[in-house]
Amino acid sequence: MTKVLDVQDLSVTFALHESEVRAVNNLNFSLEAGETLAVVGESGSGKSQAFLSIMGLLAKNGSTSGKAMLGDVNLVGMEKSKLDRIRGKDIAMIFQDPMTSLNPSLKVKTQLAEVLVKHRGFDQRQAEKTAVEMLERVGIPEPAKRANAYPHEMSGGMRQRVMIAMALLCQPKILIADEPTTALDVTVQAQMLDLFKTLTDDFGTSLVIITHDLGVVAGVADRMMVMYGGRAVETGNVDELFYDPRHPYTLGLLHSTPHIAKRAERLDPIQGLPPSLEHLPKGCSFNPRCAFCFDRCLEERPPLAPVEPGSTRQKACFYEGPLKYGKVA
Amino acid sequence: MMSDAVTNLIEIKDLKKTFSIATGLFSRKLKLTALENINFSVRRGETLGIVGESGCGKSTLGRCILQLINPDEGQVLWLGQDLTKVPAEEMRKRRADLQIIFQDPLASLNPRMTVGEIIEDPLKTLKPEFNKAERRARVLKMMEAVGLLPEMINRYPHEFSGGQAQRIGIARALITEPKLIVCDEPVSALDVSIQAQILNLLSELKDEFGLTLIFISHNLSVVRHVSDRILVLYLGRIVELATGDEIYNDPKHPYTRALLTAVPIPDPKLARQRNIDALKGEIPSPINPPSGCTFRTRCRFAQQRCAEVRPPLETIEGGRLVACIRWREIEIPEEAEAVLGA
Repeated sequence: MTKVLDVQDLSVTFALHESEVRAVNNLNFSLEAGETLAVVGESGSGKSQAFLSIMGLLAKNGSTSGKAMLGDVNLVGMEKSKLDRIRGKDIAMIFQDPMTSLNPSLKVKTQLAEVLVKHRGFDQRQAEKTAVEMLERVGIPEPAKRANAYPHEMSGGMRQRVMIAMALLCQPKILIADEPTTALDVTVQAQMLDLFKTLTDDFGTSLVIITHDLGVVAGVADRMMVMYGGRAVETGNVDELFYDPRHPYTLGLLHSTPHIAKRAERLDPIQGLPPSLEHLPKGCSFNPRCAFCFDRCLEERPPLAPVEPGSTRQKACFYEGPLKYGKVA
Repeated sequence: MMSDAVTNLIEIKDLKKTFSIATGLFSRKLKLTALENINFSVRRGETLGIVGESGCGKSTLGRCILQLINPDEGQVLWLGQDLTKVPAEEMRKRRADLQIIFQDPLASLNPRMTVGEIIEDPLKTLKPEFNKAERRARVLKMMEAVGLLPEMINRYPHEFSGGQAQRIGIARALITEPKLIVCDEPVSALDVSIQAQILNLLSELKDEFGLTLIFISHNLSVVRHVSDRILVLYLGRIVELATGDEIYNDPKHPYTRALLTAVPIPDPKLARQRNIDALKGEIPSPINPPSGCTFRTRCRFAQQRCAEVRPPLETIEGGRLVACIRWREIEIPEEAEAVLGA
């Protein structure tokens, strides 16, 4: 397997009035060619900021350190003019709300064609023709007609398809999708997840899907990375993490998610609230909410390390006993 | 066996709601049918889930039940009395019995009022018999019941996270000791771990206060988790009503089946096995709905006659409701069965 993206020691800091806050802390991960990686976490976990920083899209008061190697170029700290040649071509990103990502005053085909003219040197006619073909690929009925529509004339599901078509026009190596189905109805969400699977197979694109929904993860991802308080707390194959979670937070998320096939009397939610990034607890950030917390967790921060020597799975937790609710004294 | 009037807290009969919308400056007004032919009842002490996709009318239905929106036709019988005929002034008093919890907890709290004032407010209007000290005692008791600390009483909504704010919204709804609460997407805006806390809280409070809940959500897994019976809406019409187990194990309407197989399952092996019975296309516009069965344009079982007649809402065995002229004939596709039976 070849690494298409290799992220090393990525940190994101936002300057506030008189202080600063770390949204992402020393993140290390890589993305293999053709794989789908799910990045899972709740609000404030840093999952979106990590990828916005890689794309050079942080808010003005944000700064990034570390490396994000796309092949042999480092995206962190790259000049905007150079970054513009890479974004949309080798690495593309789509967002939760397609309406705010599309230009409301331009026809869909104009917006799509622009990408091809700019990045691939197509002439206008050629570009529009390719744009219509791509709309067909992403399942838009009557693509030639819909290409002449404005974004507001389309439904949410259609707009998200347009965004996906736009992102795939240059056949990028990497597509980052930030909560791409959260705003969609469940039947449209199912169509969209199906589309992601087909497209990653057809184009060999590596997909990063950022989500809070474990149902979405189970359906599309090969590997996952769970984030909490700006750090990765567990990584591994999807099956490993779902059936044998090793971090109490992963376990808690799984037990918090209602399952249509298994009606439980009660859910086992994680106690307490997600931490404020300005006041992270000493030691492990998860310790105030953890059912398995012991003395060491209050003093030291557990590093992200292989769960067993030589394992590709990683966790950031000192607790080594079995993770089962109700069995801890 | 108790009579229906006693077991049913609310009965909805032939409810219809339309909205008129202007499309342009000089164009004629268009009529959008938000709800039509709505007939069902809510039993005392149950949780009735209402599911459907955006624009299906689920929130409008919740608001019609509470008389926050006046239906065009039909009755909302509360313990036998038609609320649509109750004068506004009397309805206001009646609201002590019927409360609502909203989706966006922060947006539904007045930012200039303290937590204590917000929770106390309904008591001032609806329970004038209590004096200030009694009101405060009740507010503190309710804050404890929903998991808020007493020292939070003088804080303002912006100081709270979404989950905490929803606890405030729940306390405000419960303070008048209502019999019925309409929960309109109460956990959709919350993080997963907090969502589970609020779902557990609602179920505890339901037992503690003997509540009847109408739980509106687009999330079928959440609805299945909390509901005794589930009502499925599509384009303003009931397509199916049955117990959670019946809906899940033996769905009769093709739309219910499609919804079930589209629900993301947090289980990778099951998710890989299943072949999603993906619905074609999207929900048609409610301004110009398809003739006959409104679901027929996306239904894999649709025939010519589905375009000709509006399917009646039939009562079938076990008191279930279904609106499909072909429900007896159609078989559950094998691949769907593999998942549904799992």
